Amino acid sequence: MALSRADVEKVSLLARLQLGPAELDRLTGELGRIVDFVEQLSELETREIAPLAHALDVANVFADDVVKPSLPRDEALANAPKRDDECYRVPAVLGE
Amino acid sequence: MSDKVSNPTSTPTHTPASNAGSDAAGNSASNSASTAPYELVIGLEVHVQLATQSKLFCRCSTRFGAEPNTQTCPVCIGLPGALPVMNREAYQLALRTALALHCEIPAFTKWDRKNYYYPDLPKGYQISQFDLPMSRNGWLEIRDPKGEFAPKRVRITRAHLEEDAGKSMHDEVAGRADSRIDLNRTGTPLLEIVSEPDLRSPREAKAYLTELRLLLVYLGVSDCNMQEGSLRVDANVNLHIATPEGTIATPIVEVKNVNSFRAVERALAFEAERQYEAWLETGQRKGDVPKQTRGWDDQRQITYGQRHKEESSDYRYFPDPDLAPVTITVEQVERIRAGLGELPAATRTRLESDYQLPAYDADVIVNQESAFVAYYLAVADGCGDGKQAANWLTQEVLRLMNERNWTIGQFPVPASGLVELLAAVKSGKAPATRAKELFGAMVDGSLALDAAMERLGIAAVSSSEIESLCRQLLADNPRIVADVKSGKAQAAASLIGQAKKRNPNVNPNDVRATCLKLIEQM
Ligand SMILES: [Zn+2]
Repeated sequence: MALSRADVEKVSLLARLQLGPAELDRLTGELGRIVDFVEQLSELETREIAPLAHALDVANVFADDVVKPSLPRDEALANAPKRDDECYRVPAVLGE
Repeated sequence: MSDKVSNPTSTPTHTPASNAGSDAAGNSASNSASTAPYELVIGLEVHVQLATQSKLFCRCSTRFGAEPNTQTCPVCIGLPGALPVMNREAYQLALRTALALHCEIPAFTKWDRKNYYYPDLPKGYQISQFDLPMSRNGWLEIRDPKGEFAPKRVRITRAHLEEDAGKSMHDEVAGRADSRIDLNRTGTPLLEIVSEPDLRSPREAKAYLTELRLLLVYLGVSDCNMQEGSLRVDANVNLHIATPEGTIATPIVEVKNVNSFRAVERALAFEAERQYEAWLETGQRKGDVPKQTRGWDDQRQITYGQRHKEESSDYRYFPDPDLAPVTITVEQVERIRAGLGELPAATRTRLESDYQLPAYDADVIVNQESAFVAYYLAVADGCGDGKQAANWLTQEVLRLMNERNWTIGQFPVPASGLVELLAAVKSGKAPATRAKELFGAMVDGSLALDAAMERLGIAAVSSSEIESLCRQLLADNPRIVADVKSGKAQAAASLIGQAKKRNPNVNPNDVRATCLKLIEQM
């Protein structure tokens, strides 16, 4: 399953990354090598092996429903490219 | 009689739609077999916020109405390195709901990342459940006590546990072209309950939603407050049209932003007609065009097409590596099932069989909160007459609750007070003709029966008091006595008026009977 330039273009759109033609070419090559590397797994016989949903053999990790302090608002908003005293500000959300 | 009682207004979605247009459309759709040239096919997706104190994967508060962005932390705003941990209570509430919906609970479940970009989704993905949801294949039975549709089991495809997104607000004050984002709601636990397309009319859809909400409130898993967004409804709807070449299906439309059950009913009725006209015009069938999303405009009472989000259906789900899967044994499932308590459908059946209530009365009582049912049971058991108790509750108690905007918990007369009143009426201690007036006084003054009787000047009149009063009356009115003796029993009527003047607490029937008896003995 080779990765195509169209695949990378679609994924970059989904990831909201604006890539130029040269970047698309480079990333198609680089990502393609990663996909090929993972692709080696398909050579293994897995019919007898149960699917795995998690890398570690752990299950049922829960926390109690007890409220703990949240971040102060100023800290929560600190990384926002644009903000006011209360909220993050983003370009107008349309269509909803 | 109870069948004349209008549905309680404290639960506004029980009130029949008064909009003539919507009713006409609703009827044509609900009678589609006989009148409309199509069958309306509806499936509902309900998102309900679970009543936890803290969020699904972090310990920020879920309290509604806090100052914007004061209930967030590195986990729920997606800062690097933060680790989500599942809220045990949220999982338990979801499990209780799934079991009450008769779902299968798989032994293994996991959570997945649903990837999409939206400003109110800070991580760039929502933690949801994709191919291995925590529950599937359930059902919810809907009935209409007025018999407008036959009882049916609506199949539940799945119910899964996921996190909520934040809120975006348009900045109307500053008038700038920005949206403001409040992430307090981000990460609040949601149960998404997906039905099969088993509903066939707007009325059935509303019945499903009403019954589902009642169940959720009985279980105590959600407050289901639609104004605060605790319960949200999306409807998938299309038509099956009989044509000479066979039945064809129109494109499926998803209606979003429907903010009340009545609006759901109206939006579906509107969609039925709109889709039929669109089909006449375009002939488009399911599969010809991608699934369309439409919003409901409550002001204009129409649905409108929403901008199609490019690639919006490519969510690239994959298992969330930060979250451990959850496993459950049959024994654990059975233990939770056993602790569910009596659910609304079972309570209705019990009221009909053990208390001899008509289906309508049982429905009105059970459709209130469970505390109302407890009040009813206390009155019915206390007075020994289930129907009499139902009449008092569905007429007097509900009327007063609606008038004064009380919950049953705020009602000033406890069940024991009403039982005392009914017993006093039965024994003759309180006059039956003034029972409602007495109850009103008990309610208005938060009074016990005796105090209410005193306030209204109602004193119990003993039979010896009545007898001496009647003897006096007969002595004072020899002419009436003569009239009655000559066969004109109705002449005694004027004695009653005189008796009431001398003692307003006397029971007119007692006076009449006593006078006639005394005259006979003369
Ligand atoms: Zn948080």
